[in-house]
Amino acid sequence: MNRRRFLGLAGAAAAVTALSASPAEAGKAKTGGKAAAAAKKNEEFVAILVDTTRCIGCRECEVACAEVHGLPVPVPAKDGALAAHRDTSTDHWTVVNRFETDKGTVFVKKQCMHCGQPACAAACPTNAMEKTHEGPVIWHGDRCMGCRYCMMACPFDIPKFEYNSPNPRIRKCIMCYDRLQEGKLPACVEACPRDALTFGTKKELMEIARERIYNNPDEYVHHIYGEFEAGGTDWLYLSAVPFTQIGFREDLGTDTYPDYTREFLYSVPLVFLGFPPLLYGLSELTKRSGEGSEGGEG
Amino acid sequence: MATSADSMTQRQSVWEFLKGELKPKGPVLTPFNVITGFIILGGLVLTALRFWKGLGYVTNLNQAYPWGLWIGFDVMTGVAFAGGAYIITFAVYVLHAEKYHPIVRATVLNGFLSYVFYAGALTLDLGRPWHIINPIIGNKFGYNSILFLVAWHFLLYMISEAIEFSPVVAEWLDLEKARRILNKMTLGVVIFGVTLSSLHQSGLGALFLFSKPKLHPLWYTEFLPVLFLISSIFAGISMIIFEGTISHKVFADRIDPSSHHSYEDIVFGLAKGAAITMYVYLFVKFVIFVHGQHWSYLGTKWGAWFLVEVLIFTLVPCAFFTHGYRQRRLGLIRVAAVMTLVGIVLNRLNVSMIAFNWNNPAHYIPSVWEVWITLMVVFTEIWVFRWAVNRMPVLSAKPAASRH
Repeated sequence: MNRRRFLGLAGAAAAVTALSASPAEAGKAKTGGKAAAAAKKNEEFVAILVDTTRCIGCRECEVACAEVHGLPVPVPAKDGALAAHRDTSTDHWTVVNRFETDKGTVFVKKQCMHCGQPACAAACPTNAMEKTHEGPVIWHGDRCMGCRYCMMACPFDIPKFEYNSPNPRIRKCIMCYDRLQEGKLPACVEACPRDALTFGTKKELMEIARERIYNNPDEYVHHIYGEFEAGGTDWLYLSAVPFTQIGFREDLGTDTYPDYTREFLYSVPLVFLGFPPLLYGLSELTKRSGEGSEGGEG
Repeated sequence: MATSADSMTQRQSVWEFLKGELKPKGPVLTPFNVITGFIILGGLVLTALRFWKGLGYVTNLNQAYPWGLWIGFDVMTGVAFAGGAYIITFAVYVLHAEKYHPIVRATVLNGFLSYVFYAGALTLDLGRPWHIINPIIGNKFGYNSILFLVAWHFLLYMISEAIEFSPVVAEWLDLEKARRILNKMTLGVVIFGVTLSSLHQSGLGALFLFSKPKLHPLWYTEFLPVLFLISSIFAGISMIIFEGTISHKVFADRIDPSSHHSYEDIVFGLAKGAAITMYVYLFVKFVIFVHGQHWSYLGTKWGAWFLVEVLIFTLVPCAFFTHGYRQRRLGLIRVAAVMTLVGIVLNRLNVSMIAFNWNNPAHYIPSVWEVWITLMVVFTEIWVFRWAVNRMPVLSAKPAASRH
């Protein structure tokens, strides 16, 4: 924890926190808690801003994530994992990939985007995928029946399923929901040595992101990925190069996922109310004289 | 059956009657029985392995293809094939098209068993099937989920179909009073069933409304629910024709002689119905295609594959149905029915698997074991269907033997 980073966090959360924080650890902890509390109070989701121009590909975020969630811990210095583009998996909830772009090498962290109105939660028949009030999208093992419709629906292909387990779970980044409850920061944010990750509410982070673009108009493309994509996500990305060059899809549209099925779902009660009387009426109209109302032989 | 029916007044003899009915009728070691029996037994072993070791042990499902053959074929296609039941009950009980009455029972039985086995195969695919009761008992309702809606409709529709079929069971067990009561419920459950069917047949299409970024534009449309609903009509009709063709050969002795005369008439009527709905389907599909401005895709391999589905396995059988109906050619209609069924399989697999993730390097080809378990499901359904038809008054409305 250095002072520069601490102030960055404080700015992202609340100024009050910065003033009241004397020991660095406590201040950090409070910052996370304050942002979460503010999120609840203002009905603002917590969010994380990724500045890909700052990422050096050290993969400390991967290490921290694995340690906190009890996953196999990668060894960035030795495993050479940056050689190929990796996807997140049941054991790796976040991965950093290297992209060669017009402006040189760019490292991009990938994990669940924590959509504002997530496809996975809209798809889930048991509410096992839940968009919490605070913002993180989490999974409830006691509700999930393993239908994997969340995986079908997710535009970012994030939920991963344990195919080789008789008691399989859906695994993905949960934005360290439990740590947030304890007032701590997400593990990856805490671990990042270059301030590539900033934690705060989405509103605050949008301001920070816009400010960075405004102050350095030549360093960034003038687009904040996640502001509107798939209806808006709680992970936001800044980039020096067009997002398609660093592995993002720009064809997802800005509609929220519940919008795709809203009309169909609205029609359901109408059909339920309308069809039976219509069918009964048809049946009466087409009945021949002398026939009973029971509709004949089973 | 007649002798046991006489002593049915005593409770004990009901069990003896049932025990007797459980015994196989006819030769046991036929080639069909041996082959299908082997597949079913092997399938049970595979099913045990699947639950013991996890889905990955027997399937080729992966993170990019969470839904494979068991959903794409068993559920998506199986439910479309089972659509005949709601079409025929609608025609007979709501529209009073008495002509189709002789095929109601077989169609409803087939529909019911299809739901039990094909939609039931869903439980094999669920990773955590012990939580399947969650969306039913209200342990967190996902009201805004299409799958929640579809799951509930499956359940309610299975109950409706069971009630629709129940008078036949009552007749078989010679429970005259129960039969009369159950019969009175028929119109009500038919209306309920038709309403449910129109919602969940379209709901299966609505499941893929979320697939916009993943499904090939030639297949993705916001009208997927409409296309699924219309195609379930001619899928169901084609299945009735196909199943009827086989039943008339296999169960010739169980068929009421008087229904033989009307049977051809029924098939011609069905062919006309299939052709009309297929014209509507093709028209809607054409409008969607033009509106979506997808001409450029036609030159790609996906375009060619799309045309195979739409022209060869929808337009051509539609023309065959039309011609077969006009010229009264039963054979041509049967060919059309089989081609239509192939077209439905292609369509459902395209939407759920083949054209899904077309822009993703990942791929999925079902494993041999997935196909095996699917065959197990199909053959078990056929075994149960055969068992029921050989014992209950399904193909003939009122078998003389069991009536007083």
